[in-house]
Amino acid sequence: MWIHGAMKGAGADLAVLLRGNAVNYLVTRQDAGGLAFGDWKQTQPPTIASDLAALAAKGVEVCYVAEDLAERGIERNELINGAQPVARNAVAELVGRYGRVWYW
Amino acid sequence: MADKKTITIAIMDAPYESGRSTTALRLVDLAAKRGYNINVFAYEGAVLQPFAAQKAHPNAVHGRDAEQENHFIPKDAIAALMREAEKNGGKIDWVNCGLCVDERGAIDAIPGVRRGSPADFWQMAEASDNTLVIATR
Repeated sequence: MWIHGAMKGAGADLAVLLRGNAVNYLVTRQDAGGLAFGDWKQTQPPTIASDLAALAAKGVEVCYVAEDLAERGIERNELINGAQPVARNAVAELVGRYGRVWYW
Repeated sequence: MADKKTITIAIMDAPYESGRSTTALRLVDLAAKRGYNINVFAYEGAVLQPFAAQKAHPNAVHGRDAEQENHFIPKDAIAALMREAEKNGGKIDWVNCGLCVDERGAIDAIPGVRRGSPADFWQMAEASDNTLVIATR
């Protein structure tokens, strides 16, 4: 997600599709804070849901596979605003709309 | 304080590539807090975990300079863990597999890291109450 923010900032026209366990990134109520090793403490934990919301606010289309969300028991009202569900059987059509497709 | 134990952990993942590395360091942290003697055998890409030349950087996407970002740097976490172990009466003996170091040019490690070989891992395991191998995938 970070690299998408960097590419968007450089002028790229992007969309993001989250599938599998990555649909968890959209859940607003998660907190990765508290990581520490000895006297080193992480002061900037990842805030991936906020990062996705920021991408969406910049005009990046953020989609997720609807069945992957449901299979994990995640409700749509737990997600950031602006994320679009895509049916699993519609993923091929979605992907076909883009000139380049990268799988991370 | 819990009974003093000696444990050995073998790791293989290079820095930043896997959550397994963070998990391994969290386990070391717990053991260090208990004052255990902790042997770490770093194999393959893991010899880069204590690489001395790692540097923090800013984060332009989030608008933070290097100091604000306080990016996780494995060598600093490992140094902090060594201090934590010593503070609690234990010790971390971190051994980098020498051939893996040579292949990767990872010669320059932080103080407290020594060069070794699989024979060290075997000897560490023999002398430990328990051994955990966290392999790469």
